[in-house]
Amino acid sequence: MAELDLRIDYYPTHEHKGIKYRRGHVLPFGATMVPNGVNFSVYSSASTSCTLVMFERGEASPFAEIPFPDEFKIGNVYCMIVFDLDFENLEYGYRMDGPYDPANGHRFNKDTILSDPYAKAIGGRDTWLALPNKDEMYSFRSRLVFEDFDWEYDRPLQIPIEDLVIYEMHVRSFTMHPTSGAKYKGTFAGIREKIPYLKELGINCIELMPIYEFDEWEHSKLHPETGEQLVNYWGYSTLNFFSPKAGYAASGRLGMQVDELKTLIKDLHSNGIEVFLDVVFNHTAEGDHRGPAISFKGIDNKTYYMLTPEGYYFNFSGTGNTLNCNNPVVRNMVLDCLRYWASEYHIDGFRFDLAAILGRAPDGSPLNNPPLLESLAFDPVLANCKLIAEAWDAGGLYQVGNFPAYGRWAEWNGKYRDNVRKYLKGDAAMVGHLAQAIQGSPWMYPTRGTTAGINFITCHDGLTLYDLFAYNTKHNYANGEDNNDGCSNNESWNCGYEGETVIEEVIALRHRQMKNALTILLVSQGVPMIYMGDEMGRTQHGNNNAYCHDNDINWLNWELKNENADLFVFAKHVIAFRKAHPVLRNRNHFTHTDYMHTGFADITFHGVKPFQCDFSADSRVFACMLNGQYAKNGTCLDDYIYIATNSSCEAFKLELPLLSNGMCWHTSVNTGIVDAPCHFDIGNEPVIQNTVQYVLGPRSVIVLLGKLKNTNPL
Amino acid sequence: MKVSVKETETAVIASIEGSIDSKTAPDLQQSILPVVNDRNLMVLDLTAVSFVSSAGLRVLLMVYRQLKSNNGKVVLVGVSEEIMDVMFMTGFITFFEIAPTLKEAFANN
Repeated sequence: MAELDLRIDYYPTHEHKGIKYRRGHVLPFGATMVPNGVNFSVYSSASTSCTLVMFERGEASPFAEIPFPDEFKIGNVYCMIVFDLDFENLEYGYRMDGPYDPANGHRFNKDTILSDPYAKAIGGRDTWLALPNKDEMYSFRSRLVFEDFDWEYDRPLQIPIEDLVIYEMHVRSFTMHPTSGAKYKGTFAGIREKIPYLKELGINCIELMPIYEFDEWEHSKLHPETGEQLVNYWGYSTLNFFSPKAGYAASGRLGMQVDELKTLIKDLHSNGIEVFLDVVFNHTAEGDHRGPAISFKGIDNKTYYMLTPEGYYFNFSGTGNTLNCNNPVVRNMVLDCLRYWASEYHIDGFRFDLAAILGRAPDGSPLNNPPLLESLAFDPVLANCKLIAEAWDAGGLYQVGNFPAYGRWAEWNGKYRDNVRKYLKGDAAMVGHLAQAIQGSPWMYPTRGTTAGINFITCHDGLTLYDLFAYNTKHNYANGEDNNDGCSNNESWNCGYEGETVIEEVIALRHRQMKNALTILLVSQGVPMIYMGDEMGRTQHGNNNAYCHDNDINWLNWELKNENADLFVFAKHVIAFRKAHPVLRNRNHFTHTDYMHTGFADITFHGVKPFQCDFSADSRVFACMLNGQYAKNGTCLDDYIYIATNSSCEAFKLELPLLSNGMCWHTSVNTGIVDAPCHFDIGNEPVIQNTVQYVLGPRSVIVLLGKLKNTNPL
Repeated sequence: MKVSVKETETAVIASIEGSIDSKTAPDLQQSILPVVNDRNLMVLDLTAVSFVSSAGLRVLLMVYRQLKSNNGKVVLVGVSEEIMDVMFMTGFITFFEIAPTLKEAFANN
């Protein structure tokens, strides 16, 4: 190795007040450890000069400011190697000089120290909700990280998307409650402590709500009436796209959040659980013209933001600004960022918040062929990552069903959510919609297959599953906006009483409805997603927009697992049932034909009578039979599965389809069973004797298995 | 940071005192890596170590990697609760055996 030391770029050529430096390398952007020093590289198209500002960690004043000599700028990139830095204790930023001319999109101010858009860690919020020092000259400080994590044999798991059961969660909410039993509450390490729980539940993918560094104090305020501290709890407001949130790491105060997160991911992988990130590339934390210049705004405003002809900020995100993601430079930053997370953090998939914005041109108009979405879809590093769009934005662009997919992109199926909710609460004319939902929405995705849709009934936005059946309307007073925030159209039904009650019939019906919802979700074609805690009946007390609460409203109360043990055990069952039956996980849509001549089409519709489904507006009964010989589109063999749903308050007696070859029907799930378990363990399903008058109870769902008689029935 | 190294036929025992961070990690690395040779047991006595930073953890991992290539192992002795916490959170703990005392480190190996 000794001969490598002969490279001349390992040694300085310049000196400034005792700091030695030399010309740097333009790529990669950001600060990179190189032999004997650190290479700094930053892009700015319209600035006139740039100064590197360096601090000892935590110090109020910089120990050095080095202007980039003109000859260190190649194109629009400033680059410099600085030698003999203590990279573990280094904090750095830039001063950009240039025109302050908002009407023409420029907001340079050399008095402001800006964080590096490519920083790999950001200091300033190292401990969650620690009081910030508002007098600091530089609040969100760029830092370096070690990128040498020992992954051993790990890599992203590459589980086929149709085989996933996604569990959406908030890092802090998952273990922050005193009942969690976690030692490292509210952190990445805390999730790691709970891996046995995730395995017990049976999910095989977690989707983390935003973990890019954000400022929990942003827009914080006291509730006007209760005085309670409200904060930016969810974190849909990014400070830096490459940095994990330090406050989510138990070791964040020591600057070890990168290792802690990677260790979590490595352990999840070794337990067969993928990790998706909810990423927010539609806007940043810098707000509109009244917001602070933290990074992008001062480094190259016109490049990073969509601006009106007058130089103000387009607001398609509803948060003040819109990232200019189809500008080629910003597009590359997004690509670099996702590649970084996929390769350095082994992330398995990304869910893009308000992704319709990613298809807008710099002037805001929707593009027919958005280059960013195309680049991501065809990127070699991201080739095995799952890409999932929230296919709408706050500017009115709604693309569920027609998001530019390039054969890759899936999308949160908001129509599935709305239609299943409407069906479950008993709305008329919903049977046809339910049939679509259970089949993986073939009308919406005729050419994209079932996996284009991420099916969900609840997510972080909106009511929890329990609240969906406990509240008719939102109850957001705790948010301090006089109940005016949050969606007013929840398609919820309180089962006869608004909020908490001791009326047993109401409680029982709520539990049945939650089980109905979970069953429909887990037997639907497509990719199911469960929201954290719904498996144990978590409540937000009717709050459908809990973005600002660092308390019991968001924290998962683990005692619910015991209090609602019937629900938790049921959720485990329907997840295990899905995993046991490949016919529920087809990639292509059913054809409604018997192309393999098995005696039945791949899917058939039924009602009270076999093969007679009533799709009329007054009907609330739907049944279908999946032919197990068409499992995974005919590539493997499964049992027959018969699913029947009833959203009316009457019971029906079903005549079941007659099976051949000695097969008979067994009960796996019957949510209408009262005072006894309503599900039966896999392999121990009881045989149904009366197949001509099988009772489908009011507001119930049944799932039956058609197979040879169980040898060990209950 | 101070380090004193004792060598036996099969093992190296390094007793470290002070803080292992980016300033001291290179010295530690230079003190202990060259003496590993083909031995397959390294005992690091951390009883007098007050703090281990990211850079410090990396030196420990380098030692592990070198021993691993000799089919050997690294035993950490006298790890404070705080350092144990950090090593758990960041996953570094999984690479090492832990023993409360030097005597027990040798008794088990």
